[in-house]
Amino acid sequence: METLALLADGFATSLSPINLMIVILGVTAGLFIGAMPGLGSVNGVAIVLPLTFIVPPSSAIILLCAIYYGAMYGGAISSILLGIPGASTAVATTFDGRPMAQQGKAGLALIAAAVASFVGGTISVVLFTLFAVPLADLALAFGPAEEFALVLMAFTTFVGLGGDDKLKTIIMICLGLVLSTVGLDLISGQPRLIFGDLPGFYSGVSFLVLAIGVYGIGEILYTIESSRTAPQVTPAKISLRDLGDGIRTMNRMWRTMSLGSFLGFFVGMLPAAGATPAALMAYGIARSTSKDPKSFGKGNIEGVAAPETANNAASTGSLLPMLTLGIPGSPTTALLLGGMVMWGLMPGPMLFIEQPDFVWGLISSLYTANFAAVAINIALIPLFVWALRMPFTVLCAIVMVLCIVGGFAPSQKMHDVWLIAGFGVAGYLLRKADYPLAPLVLALVLGPLMEKSFRQTLISEQGNVLAFIERPLSGTFIAIAALFFVLPLVKYLRKGGRRSVAPAE
Amino acid sequence: MLIADRVIAIAIMALSAYFMWHAIALPIGWNGMTGGPGGGAFPFWLSLIMLLSAGGVLIRSLMQAPSSQHFFDSQMLRSVILVVVALFVTIALIPVLGAYIAIPLFIFWYIKMYGRHGWVLTAALTIGTPVFLFFFFEVTLKILLPKGVTEPLFFPLYAMFF
Repeated sequence: METLALLADGFATSLSPINLMIVILGVTAGLFIGAMPGLGSVNGVAIVLPLTFIVPPSSAIILLCAIYYGAMYGGAISSILLGIPGASTAVATTFDGRPMAQQGKAGLALIAAAVASFVGGTISVVLFTLFAVPLADLALAFGPAEEFALVLMAFTTFVGLGGDDKLKTIIMICLGLVLSTVGLDLISGQPRLIFGDLPGFYSGVSFLVLAIGVYGIGEILYTIESSRTAPQVTPAKISLRDLGDGIRTMNRMWRTMSLGSFLGFFVGMLPAAGATPAALMAYGIARSTSKDPKSFGKGNIEGVAAPETANNAASTGSLLPMLTLGIPGSPTTALLLGGMVMWGLMPGPMLFIEQPDFVWGLISSLYTANFAAVAINIALIPLFVWALRMPFTVLCAIVMVLCIVGGFAPSQKMHDVWLIAGFGVAGYLLRKADYPLAPLVLALVLGPLMEKSFRQTLISEQGNVLAFIERPLSGTFIAIAALFFVLPLVKYLRKGGRRSVAPAE
Repeated sequence: MLIADRVIAIAIMALSAYFMWHAIALPIGWNGMTGGPGGGAFPFWLSLIMLLSAGGVLIRSLMQAPSSQHFFDSQMLRSVILVVVALFVTIALIPVLGAYIAIPLFIFWYIKMYGRHGWVLTAALTIGTPVFLFFFFEVTLKILLPKGVTEPLFFPLYAMFF
């Protein structure tokens, strides 16, 4: 009941004309960013973050969340019309969305994607609302030891559950953590890793610099290399009759959609998983539980609905640990976390107590963002068809310029712009060599918290390392972390003799 | 593919060693006084883990049979290198010629010479982008972009908007 009252207060904030306008603006921008092949929510948030200085901090976060949401909806558009996922999160949508478009049912597929995204988004926001308060209450009991254990657990999920190469994942986590220590030592205040006394490094390496480099410049370089020929845009027209047909068809798929929503929400909460695996899993489940599994991959509308509900639900799911615990569930939420810290809104349980207006305003804005996204998505379909015809070189040039200027704006140092270019090239090469970038960004954002909580605990416990396992909550987290870490090893040993068996995916 | 994998692994190992060398400027061991590791411990030991893991990747790659798959798409590699060079040149020019010369130059190069688009689109973007940047960053956000030698040209504009 208390939650409902808080949520009602939140709506008073989010329904104010300025915030409503911001949500609509953010969702529209997100839809376009998501629809562009190669650019997804994480790229959009990284590139747009420096531009959000134009609005007050709490509105900036609402704007970024709306972009995040819009991009999740938008990803499906290029999956269906181009057959190229607009973002990795929409990969599963191409499986049936593309065949549907080729059969001349592009309009129906787009409507199905939008409606499914709306259902996934809404169910997961309701779940979010229900879980937020209990989780924040639980997190109130956390001391530095628990914080450290929780961050450690978040990193080990990448090793235990992530699909990437284990060694390369560990390298990227360590690299991110080491980069986070650049600057002044938290405890003693001495400068460290300033690389020959370069003054630019005294203030550390900003998460934004890494994110713009890797997700802005790096992504563009990657797309330049992989886009040799211009893709073919399938025309799509939408009539009111299509809309009615679409909604009637979708009405028969509640089982698939609610399954996708729950699955997406809980998978999305895990830092290592997130929207892409959630969408693939939902697609797999929808196919295997379907009465007609053979029709999947040939233009079954359920194959569009399942992944689209799951990836939207996952994006909400990944916001939950970010807001309540201060541990982001995805690279995009890691950037949101970094942005919030930059603006002095430290995510975590205290935020719920100190800034309830902001927290509930943000949560209620997720509801409005969903409504805005589904309406704008369907209304602007002709515009997206037109925008997808935009030459790729134009998009590249604009994004590059935004990266340069956006990198300069927060710190106003050319040092950061050079770092962005360097990170861009490095990120492009690392990505080509199958090094996962998500743990790198997450580690840079969480690094200071991890080191601070580790050293604080040891100082307050007079150097007793066992303090981490003696406290029940932190002990549990450490045990889970250890389990995640050992998991791949056990799997590897069990596979032992039968190496020839292809890894189950 | 494997050669690139090895080169990257070796580069990461070198980077880790470089980090470790810088980290030892601060105490990396256990500090008995405060009870806890010194300021250099976190970067040092994490870099060591990175060094060992990259070594693992290198050894694994050395044991694998060479594959014929190429790391770079040879046709598109030229494009990527061109864009990277243009990016670095642009960034180098910003403090000298100013953002309002360097960025339009970059756009002009990208749209007209690299993208081979028409004059109308090129002109629109080359002129439109700096105008947008000026109004967004300088006028609205009061963030001044570097202007280099073009600084005096902006004095009348400053007088108009500030």
